[in-house]
Formats: sequence, structure tokens, C-alpha cells
Amino acid sequence: MADVCFQMKGTAVTAVVMDLYDYSCAAFFQQLKEKIDSAPQFFNASPLVLNLSQYNGVLQPDQLIQVVASCRELGLQPMACKAVADDLLSTVRQLGMASLPASNTRATEIQAEPVSHIQQAEFRPSMVITKPVRSGQQIYAEGSDLILMAAVSEGAEVLADGHIHVYGPLRGRALAGVKGDTDARIFCRQMEAELVSIAGYFILNDTLREQCWKQPAHAFLEGESIQVAAI
Amino acid sequence: MSKIIVVTSGKGGVGKTTTSAAIATGLALRGFKTVVIDFDVGLRNLDLIMGCERRVVYDFVNVINKEASLNQALIKDKRTPGLFILPASQTRDKDALSMEGVQTVLNDLAKDFEYIICDSPAGIEQGAQMALYFADEAIVVTNPEVSSVRDSDRILGILQSKSLKSEQGGSVKEHLLLTRYNPERVAAAEMLSVADVEDILAVPLLGVIPESEAVLKASNQGAPVILDQDSEAGQAYLDAVSRLLGEEAEHRFLEVQKVGFLKRLLGGKK
Ligand SMILES: Nc1ncnc2c1ncn2[C@@H]1O[C@H](COP(=O)(O)OP(=O)(O)OP(=O)(O)O)[C@@H](O)[C@H]1O
Ligand SMILES: [Mg+2]
Repeated sequence: MADVCFQMKGTAVTAVVMDLYDYSCAAFFQQLKEKIDSAPQFFNASPLVLNLSQYNGVLQPDQLIQVVASCRELGLQPMACKAVADDLLSTVRQLGMASLPASNTRATEIQAEPVSHIQQAEFRPSMVITKPVRSGQQIYAEGSDLILMAAVSEGAEVLADGHIHVYGPLRGRALAGVKGDTDARIFCRQMEAELVSIAGYFILNDTLREQCWKQPAHAFLEGESIQVAAI
Repeated sequence: MSKIIVVTSGKGGVGKTTTSAAIATGLALRGFKTVVIDFDVGLRNLDLIMGCERRVVYDFVNVINKEASLNQALIKDKRTPGLFILPASQTRDKDALSMEGVQTVLNDLAKDFEYIICDSPAGIEQGAQMALYFADEAIVVTNPEVSSVRDSDRILGILQSKSLKSEQGGSVKEHLLLTRYNPERVAAAEMLSVADVEDILAVPLLGVIPESEAVLKASNQGAPVILDQDSEAGQAYLDAVSRLLGEEAEHRFLEVQKVGFLKRLLGGKK
């Protein structure tokens, strides 16, 4: 067992993306705190990607340091910056964060065409999971739909590039269309999710409780908002 | 064929050691040659519950390090024929166990014993993973409260992904044992009910052990509570052993008992 020290694997990590528009120290901290207080469970120690592509003006190094410090203070874990200007690169490195290219921003720049193109070019059978997905476990159906025949526990996370179907109670987090497919849907026999997300948009447990709670339901994207309806 | 059963929970202090001692004793009472192993290296207390702490000379870690033979380390239970205890070390820490060492000991035990019961340490880290890795079956001990149930859910996930059985494409047989169940507190909605826990975990119910003073009394006396057959907890453990052996037994002690006026006056015995 002890021979191999590690194994490298590709994985998709769910992170919160923050599009930074503007920065002033006090307002930023205040607004972030309010946001986090509105859903502490969701943001608790959540990995964070800071997207600078939509920033108005020029972000200074010391401002970036403050942004990251505020995020850390409020319990987030900033792990990467996206669309970093050249003169900020060394600051990003100093902060121990990765720098991501600006290109693959998925929630904002989805093009419908490549998605349907992929669907036609290659048939990928759905991933079928027959056993419960327990707290702390994560299942990702890459390039396909995900079918879960038993429960998804609180604290578990299921992700798919396509649709997600859950035939047991859905109590954990379900994220469909994680590569940006806005047509992806989530179907379940018993809606009790902590979070439901489609193509990067999400709603949380408190909103979910208002509609079809513990009932058969499906979730889909309408514009930028997720709808939950009975099935 | 020898069967390895791990008693595990995630959360600490829920009754794993109490259960390991009771189930191992119950299996021996039913005529199966049984050994119970303490995997809680550094915090040993199975030997206390079994009442053999003064007879510990060598322990599990000594056997793994080949400082003692298995026969030197195994303690024969004084009360129940066919029952042996392999105690944990008090002086080492959890890293003293190696996967290869554990496997060798289990293989050796499998030649002699029909049941090998592994008393897991708390947590979901290495020590707990070591205790469950070679298991054929698992008794997941849960208290009727949210954090305990959540931890049990986690350990169930680990059982089905990080055990030898799961790596070979099979699965570890799961049993749910709800302990410290207090019907009065369930009725007052201070605790989860059997149905709530079953609904969340979706694992077959091996038994429900009521909260009982007899357990404390038993551990003070160093005699597993299953030997106290007047107590509800003892009877509930007997039922659980029957179910483990594939027999049907109705679940008892789930309802609030109506205590008569006279009994209340005289002080009812739990
Ligand atoms: N059914 C019960 N009724 C009353 N008390 C109980 C019951 N079961 C266990 N206890 C008590 O709970 C405490 C913890 O029990 P035990 O040592 O068996 O738990 P454990 O899960 O092995 O703990 P650890 O995680 O520390 O190893 C003990 O004091 C024990 O007497
Ligand atoms: Mg213990």
C-alpha cells in the first residue's frame, strides 16, 4: 500500500466566482459580509476564484492584497485570480494564488453552439450510481448525464456536465451543466437539497424550501434564475 | 469461514466499545469462537469493559512488531468460553499500526476464530480506516442526534470506497445499531426517532439499544452488559446478536413505558 506516494488526477472543483467590478475598502468589506451572512453554510470555507475581467479601471496591487485579506478574514479561501493584468501577476504569486487565463469564464460567456456540437459529435452514456452518495463524497459525470438511484446525503456533492436525475432523496448539493450548459436540468424524487446549481447559477436551501420541498421536482434555468417546478 | 466485523461510528463516545464487548460476548455465548480486537491504540479501554485490564501483558502492537506471539497476547475471557480479547497498547500512538501488520494478524486469527470483532477508534482518519479496511461487515453505531448521524453517513461512505471489499468491487455488509435511545426524549422531540435515522441513513437496522444505567454499572464491574440479562440494554444486545446471525427478532424498547404509580413511588428499575 505504501509504495506509491501519490497519484495525479484531473478533477473539477466547485468554487465560488467573484466578479469584481469596483473596489473601495469599506464598501467591499461591508457588502461581502452581508452576502456571506445571507448564506453562511454555502460560503463557509468555500474556495474562491476572483475574476478581474470586468473590473472598471485599474486595480492596484495593494488593493488586491486588501481584497484577498477581506475574503480570508470572512472565511473564504481565495485560490486563484482570473484575467490578471501583467503588473498584478507578481502580487498574485505573492498571495499564494494561481493565475487563470481570462478565456474560459463559463457562467458569463457560454456559447450555445459548442455545447450542441459536442452533443452531436460524441455519444457519452450516462453515469449510473446505484449506491447512496454519502456525506463527504463527490461524484462527477464528465461529459454526460448523471443518474443516481439512491440518496444523496447532506454534505455530499454530485456534478454533471449534463442533466442530473436522483431517484432517492436529494439532500446534498447538485450541480448540473457545470461546463456551462444552460439547458441542463436536475430532476429528483424528493427535493431537500442544500444547493442546486445549473451552469454556474445557484439557489440555496432556504429558497428551495419555498417550493416543492420534499416533493418530486425539477430545476431548470430561465434566463439567469433557477426555477423549481413539480413533476 | 471467519467473518471480520468492524464496530465503527465516526463520532466518539457513542458506544462502540460497549457494543464491541457486548456483541463479541453474545456471539461467544451462542457458541461461536470469537475474538475482539481493540484498535483504539493509546486510549485502550476495551480491556476495562471486558474486565481483563490486569491480565494485559502483551498487546496488538507487540504482535505486529513481532515482540510477542499472538498466543502470548490473546487474553482468554474468564466468564464466557470461546471468547478472547486482543488488547491495544496504552503507550504507543495510532501510527504504530501498519496495514501489512494488521493484515498478518487478521489472517492468523482467521485460522482459529469464526468471528473477529474490531473495536474502531473514533474519527474518520487513519486509525478508523485501518480498523475497517479488512472488514466483511460493519456495525455502524449511531446515537439519535444529528451530528452522530452525519458522522455515520460519512463512515458509511468510507466503508464503501476505502475498504478492501470495495476496492475489489464488492461491498461491506452494513448494519445500523442505534444506541443510547431514549423514548421519552424522542417523544419530546429532543432526539431523532428510529424512523428519522433509518430515513437518513437507509441501512438495515440491527438493533436499538435503550439508554440504560445498566451500561454504566456493567462497565464499572468489567462485565459486558449483555451478561446482565435482566436489563433492557442487555436484552436489546441479545436481540441484535440474533439478528446478526440472520434470525428474526422484533424490535423492543422503542416506546415510552407507562410507569405505574406504585412503581414510580418505589423507584422503577431501568
Ligand atoms: N446504551 C447506553 N446507555 C447508557 N450509557 C451508555 C450506553 N452505551 C454507552 N454508554 C456510555 O457512553 C460512554 C461511551 O461509551 P463507549 O466507550 O462504548 O463509546 P465509544 O464509542 O467506544 O467511545 P470512543 O469513541 O471514545 O471509543 C460510556 O460512558 C458508556 O458507559
Ligand atoms: Mg471506544
